[in-house]
Amino acid sequence: MNKTKINNGGLLAWVDERFPLSSLITNHLTKYYAPKNFNFWYFFGALALLTLVLQLVTGLLLTMHYKPDAELAFASVEYIMRDVSFGWLIRYMHSTGASLFFVVVYMHMFRALIYGSYKNPRELLWLFGVAIFLCLMGEAFFGYLLPWGQMSYWGAQVIVNLFSTIPFIGPDLSEWLRGDYLVSDATLNRFFAFHVIALPIVLLGLVFFHLVALHEVGSNNPDGIDIKKNLDKKTGIPLDGIPFHPYYTVKDLIGVSTYLIIFALIVFYLPEMGGYFLEANNFIPANPLVTPAHIAPVWYFTPYYSILRAVPPILNSQFPGVAAMGLSVIIFAFLPWLDRSEVRSIRYKGILFKRWIALFVTSFIVLGYLGTEPSNVWGQFSSAIPFIGGVDKATIAARIFTVTYFAFFVLMPFYSKRDKTKPVPSRVKY
Amino acid sequence: MANHQDDKIDKKKRSFLIAATTVTGAIGAGAIAVPFLSSMTPSERAKAAGAPVEVDLSKIEAGSMITTEWRGQPVWIINRSKAMLDDLKKNDLNLSDPNLDVISQQPSYCKNATRSLKPNLLVLVGICTHLGCSPTAKLETQGDMGENWSGGFFCPCHGSRFDLAGRVYKGSPAPINLVVPPHKYIDEKTILIGEDNIG
Repeated sequence: MNKTKINNGGLLAWVDERFPLSSLITNHLTKYYAPKNFNFWYFFGALALLTLVLQLVTGLLLTMHYKPDAELAFASVEYIMRDVSFGWLIRYMHSTGASLFFVVVYMHMFRALIYGSYKNPRELLWLFGVAIFLCLMGEAFFGYLLPWGQMSYWGAQVIVNLFSTIPFIGPDLSEWLRGDYLVSDATLNRFFAFHVIALPIVLLGLVFFHLVALHEVGSNNPDGIDIKKNLDKKTGIPLDGIPFHPYYTVKDLIGVSTYLIIFALIVFYLPEMGGYFLEANNFIPANPLVTPAHIAPVWYFTPYYSILRAVPPILNSQFPGVAAMGLSVIIFAFLPWLDRSEVRSIRYKGILFKRWIALFVTSFIVLGYLGTEPSNVWGQFSSAIPFIGGVDKATIAARIFTVTYFAFFVLMPFYSKRDKTKPVPSRVKY
Repeated sequence: MANHQDDKIDKKKRSFLIAATTVTGAIGAGAIAVPFLSSMTPSERAKAAGAPVEVDLSKIEAGSMITTEWRGQPVWIINRSKAMLDDLKKNDLNLSDPNLDVISQQPSYCKNATRSLKPNLLVLVGICTHLGCSPTAKLETQGDMGENWSGGFFCPCHGSRFDLAGRVYKGSPAPINLVVPPHKYIDEKTILIGEDNIG
């Protein structure tokens, strides 16, 4: 710092002496070099950030009219839909944004999966991402109780009871989470607090760490090549890198425009998405005495829900199913250490990995489908099955795909090591 | 200069101070965690709402049931007919726990063949032992539950089935029988749910 320097550079120089504004912009935008071969899959990080901002803004506006009170909550949501100026738009943006957030995040995670973006040196980047995913699931769960409809109520009842199956501490833990002996006004009030204060703060913190880690190690790319190994000898800039701004900011604008068109189409024409984004039973006020005939979580939770249903009780305890469901989410965190392949990208991985990832995606989709179906699709009423049996084709399918879902992860150290990889070029292709 | 200072540093004293400060800080954080965490447990008002409820039994006809509310949960009182009671014994082979070995699911005075104080009148908490949905009453035999159905309850969430004593059928996701809450008779026609003569 040259203290004798006279400031004659105007406002920016004045700011720069007090806050590193210019250097932040150069280090993270105009001279932050990203690989030049980003493809379609690289839109989803930016789209996730955009969706987060949309959720924060629409969520803020909703809190101005919503009442977190068991007596008033359902009516206040209807009030927002009917009487608040553009309330319907803001609420549908928030509910559509919730589902699309998961679409975008699942695409983003799939990108990391196929291009090996979780591998060394990006393990922490991946772990922050997994933490964001968990946090997002929490946001979705807490937020879903707030309209205080039948699905809100019974969904929360089932999920909180998942915790009560944990041996020894379970019942006390779920009572502590609810703040009552059942899901009630106390539960609604605290879920509102978690949804609008606690988790958003944690989420923003995690997103910040995710970006810090990203900019420390740099982006991976569809070839999985480390672009920092090929630097221009004079300038020290990666030969395969281009400045994030203006190249990727402009490219992302195309992705953002397309995304917003789809977003708007859903908000205006399909806000309920045939019951997948907003479930029909949630238009009935919560009733603690009657469970709706068909309850299922919103689509983004259904693969894990299927796993929960697929595991039978063991030793008079439902805990194994609950543990399997928890593990099916947590297991993503171990990927960096399960993948023993020498290459990152699917482009240079062998046939084994390709087969396994195809099986994994199939398992995820089939389990997701099964989870949206009512419990009687599981053949409880099928005449071909004796009165006591309970296990039918759908259950068997769910069990098989639960096994393949976990096998993708558990067997990864073996098949990724045995797989015949192709030689990786030194420079990126397109 | 640095070396000169190093000579004077009492490293033992320094590490003791660091340890002592850390421990004191941790105790303080732990102490404040107690009120913070306990503020989330059920409040006095929520506990008071768990008071026992009185129910008039005179209007429940044989073969029918009523639903009342205790601690915000549905509580069913089922007046079983003679035929229903006779059917109960036939189910034993198909049940997970016909002999009520899981003692937490009913008070000791209801650990009997009908799971009740008076043979016909069954009191149940209408919450599935799987994940807490409220099962639907299917008291009639057969019907949409299939030919061999001898009456009972069906949980719409995950398909658990219970007989007319709230005992779970094998193959259900629910691991154990429905709960019989503590209850006692105040007189012939009135029952008190949530309180008994033992506890």
